[in-house]
Amino acid sequence: MLETAFFYLFALLTLGGGVLMITRRSAVHSAIWLIVSLMGVAGLYLLQQAEFLFAVQIILYVGGIMVLFLFVIMLVNLDQAAKERQFVKPWWVALAVLLAIGGEFAYILRTNTGAFRFAVPVEQPPPAGGNTEILADVLFSQYLLPFEIASLLLLVAVVGSVIMARKRA
Amino acid sequence: METVLQHPLFIPILMTLIIIGVFPLLAGYLVLVERKVLADFQVRLGPMRVGPHGFLQPIADALKLFLKEDILPSEADRAIFWMAPVISTFTALSAFAVIPFAPSLYVADVNVGLLVISATSAVGILGIILGGWASNSHYPLLGGLRSAAQLVSYEVALSLALISGVMMAGTLSMVGIVEAQRSRGVWFAFDNFGLMLVPFTVYVISAIAETNRAPFDLPEAESELVAGFHTEYSGFRWALYFLAEYANIFVVSSVAITLFWGGWLRPFPNVGFLEVPLNYVFPALLMLGSGAGSFLLLKNLKSSTQKAVLAAIAVVLITTGLLFLIPAVNQALIGLFWFFLKVAVMVYALIWFRGTFPRFRYDQLMNIGWKYMIPIGMGAILVNAVVGIALANPKF
Repeated sequence: MLETAFFYLFALLTLGGGVLMITRRSAVHSAIWLIVSLMGVAGLYLLQQAEFLFAVQIILYVGGIMVLFLFVIMLVNLDQAAKERQFVKPWWVALAVLLAIGGEFAYILRTNTGAFRFAVPVEQPPPAGGNTEILADVLFSQYLLPFEIASLLLLVAVVGSVIMARKRA
Repeated sequence: METVLQHPLFIPILMTLIIIGVFPLLAGYLVLVERKVLADFQVRLGPMRVGPHGFLQPIADALKLFLKEDILPSEADRAIFWMAPVISTFTALSAFAVIPFAPSLYVADVNVGLLVISATSAVGILGIILGGWASNSHYPLLGGLRSAAQLVSYEVALSLALISGVMMAGTLSMVGIVEAQRSRGVWFAFDNFGLMLVPFTVYVISAIAETNRAPFDLPEAESELVAGFHTEYSGFRWALYFLAEYANIFVVSSVAITLFWGGWLRPFPNVGFLEVPLNYVFPALLMLGSGAGSFLLLKNLKSSTQKAVLAAIAVVLITTGLLFLIPAVNQALIGLFWFFLKVAVMVYALIWFRGTFPRFRYDQLMNIGWKYMIPIGMGAILVNAVVGIALANPKF
């Protein structure tokens, strides 16, 4: 009961934050609503008993990425941009795309009615050993290669950004 | 009544209420201690007028802040201007939820406790930069930008220092970390032949930067930015920022104590014969000594009300000292005593740094963060991992 209530609360935060993010004029307000949305996602992770993902979602997205977003937004003077209506000009393109995708979804949903079912809650015992430990075990044994490839990609990005910063200076 | 006491949520809710109710007072007295200690470093007396030796100064300060006019800059972004101090205070106080004060005195023992503290401090950054931006004024904006850059940089070094400690404990749960130190029989700071002191040093330096304190207090450098991000704040909102700052100081000290200095454990937690001298004689002597010292100060005071207040303090100290001699009370309180004693030493050290080091320049700050703290933190992880494994498997 309580979990259901929390689920809807976090879902509301996620979706409401997302909608408000794209409708706000001020870039800083948009960023704040994006933060709210990301926090809602973190809450959903927590409900799924993925505590590690919950904490990492907040530390990385809210504490790292969004702080840098705000940093850039605050440096750029966006008052001028906020007054213009440039973001919503090609509204008929958006409408056409929306209708096309909506029609596609409606068609698929109608032809494959049986394929979509509501998920049935499964009585699962909480995994022994804790979320973080299991994640670490899986990352460093079963999925070692993808993990290392991702690390390499990040390393390339770090080195690349350092080199680009060097050139400008 | 019995069912209420036995309810699993009884201790968490009680602890939450105590933290929310008592911490503002504690923060006020942290400010007083800081002013007194700094005054001592600078051969001054510090606050002396309100109460004996300024003992009631925090209450006078709090009253003043409650009654002050709450100024809202006319061009400010109202909603964010209101929310920013709330974000800071909320995140700073919610970090207390996972700190274990004593074996069973905590709100929650989460299995990612340390990460929760990192997460709350990460969200707390938003309070500072949004407050700086929403004021719509130059100095706060500069202060906000500075603190964003500084906090993001030092968060990396801070996490690297924490990883070394987590590696020794093998768990992220704060209670689990203390229990791991008990079972190893040594505080982590002295483990691995003292190599763990390196990540501890990195942690302390990054924590000072993370809490915006001197010598890393560039976001609020008076000589350059008036008061940094909270220049436009006044009255109660400013008090909220201040509360958050001192809550953060307390939290980073508590994390350092829990992770490196054994949390609520006494020194030499596994040496049985030291139980009586350390758990009974030491706290009693400390409290009785402070009480006796307060009595000695009585004769220097002239006003009779001040004498009465100081005498009351002395009586409270002596009663506490005597309470520690009763075994049942001692069992319940000794964890709390050691935890708060260690946190007090840590807080004193932070004040000491503030009184000793001059403020760094901005480029020096970034150099220290990126070129020294982060590589040293990474190196500490590697060395401690190797030494730790070698110690755990004697056949190497």
